[in-house]
Amino acid sequence: MSLEYSSSEMMSVTAARALENGMTCFVGIGLPSEAANLARLTHAPEVVLIYESGTLQTKPEILPLSIGDGELCESALTTVAVPEMFRYWLQGGKVDVGFLGTAQIDRFANLNTTLIGDYKSPKVRLPGGGGAPEIATNAGEVFITLKHSKRAFVKDVDFVTTLGFGRDGKGRDNVPNIGKGPTRVITDLCVMKPDPDSKELVVVSLHPGVSREDVIEATGWEIRFAEQLESTPEPSENELTILRELKARTERAHADA
Amino acid sequence: MAELLSLHDAVARYVEDGATVAMEGFTHLIPFAAGHEVIRQKKRDLTLIRMTPDIIYDQLIGAGCAQKVIFSWGGNPGVGSLHRLRDAVEKGWPHKVEILEHSHAAMACAFEAGAAGLPLAVFRGYIGSELPSVNDQIKFIECPFTGERLAAVPSVRPDVSIIHAQRADRQGNVLVEGIVGVQKEAVLAAKHSIVTVEEIVDDLNTHPNACVIPGWAISAIAVAEKGALPSYTHGYYDRSNRFYKEWDAIARDRDTFTQWLDENVFKAGGQA
Repeated sequence: MSLEYSSSEMMSVTAARALENGMTCFVGIGLPSEAANLARLTHAPEVVLIYESGTLQTKPEILPLSIGDGELCESALTTVAVPEMFRYWLQGGKVDVGFLGTAQIDRFANLNTTLIGDYKSPKVRLPGGGGAPEIATNAGEVFITLKHSKRAFVKDVDFVTTLGFGRDGKGRDNVPNIGKGPTRVITDLCVMKPDPDSKELVVVSLHPGVSREDVIEATGWEIRFAEQLESTPEPSENELTILRELKARTERAHADA
Repeated sequence: MAELLSLHDAVARYVEDGATVAMEGFTHLIPFAAGHEVIRQKKRDLTLIRMTPDIIYDQLIGAGCAQKVIFSWGGNPGVGSLHRLRDAVEKGWPHKVEILEHSHAAMACAFEAGAAGLPLAVFRGYIGSELPSVNDQIKFIECPFTGERLAAVPSVRPDVSIIHAQRADRQGNVLVEGIVGVQKEAVLAAKHSIVTVEEIVDDLNTHPNACVIPGWAISAIAVAEKGALPSYTHGYYDRSNRFYKEWDAIARDRDTFTQWLDENVFKAGGQA
């Protein structure tokens, strides 16, 4: 019998499964944080979660609203200064995976969190780069998770805040001391991976009940599908229970604060 | 040697119109009481530096204190936009504000370089990012030993840095606990510094590797109880996530913002 779950839950569970036990993960706030903590509470108890506020190996009971919530510090092995976090731990090569969200992503997995429109007269001003530009290049690899929509998945981002593979797909070629870059993008519809040669994102797995047309309609370029297109495994009862408990705990805590 | 001053007198003495000011605290220990005092004293044309402008700079920008903002992530954490920052950048209200944006790694390295007395910070950053095309303070240099191309940004050297901390002793030595951000770096990088504290104690009761800033490296200490609210002070009080959410509606509209500022900052004397 198949379980009932939402497309958001499907996305979180699939993103969580991307993290392997024992990996060291530099976590972005929001969806990546939800997925990373779900991984830690299910199949990857030894995953090491690092947040840019300096909290090293943190095990929050509830999801933080901000990147510097006290919960992250109180449940961390230790907390270091922010320069140390970026210099020693990230730039020093101690991070396996950077887990990021974004406002806009293009076919070469470049990320835009700076603005929509023109830089001098933006239509919408977004928060900016934060930790992402260096997380994306100094981490061993990058996972990206966000909801699928035509506004978010565009052919060319308005501004490359954070490097995927550059505007021509060659942005990492011959650059020394740089990570592999985005290795998977997890949405509420599918999983994408970069083509090994062109680096253009290709759908490798469709979530249950999602059609190719659904993905085509929600993507702002002519999206390609892998020859061996897979079906993403459904969430397990255990994963759904733990995710729902985590979100309920978080909501209760934030309503009280 | 740090002098114990009232918050009013510390701000009056060290924050001049046109100054470059860094009010730091990475989500934690944000010096809101000091920010409100700067607003009350109607300081103008400030260059405001902060990794995350947060609500504190949203308030200062909306109050007309800022001429320029240097930052690396300008959102309301976990909520959305900083509407006063956006209104100033997009529509020039209350006046046009210049922005210079970096990444967190760049700002963190720039604070550290400022504390170290260096003119620049060098790091492996901005690879493939278009931020260097809109920020002329981002350059690339070649490592003289390996030839590797590395990013360089000028160090941060504020006229005055302002931070909040748990406590100081009677000699003005300050203990910072929890998420320590770039606060120590900000103080050491600046010409002058003001540290607001929850309380002054006889004994810091610290341990050998704690983050302690010696009193002789600080210009002024001012007591500001609950001085970090709506952010938090580890060990004293929690972050008001509720206020951060409420701020979205307050700041979205110029009139509600102005009314909020009047009631909670200008009319609140030194208590806000």
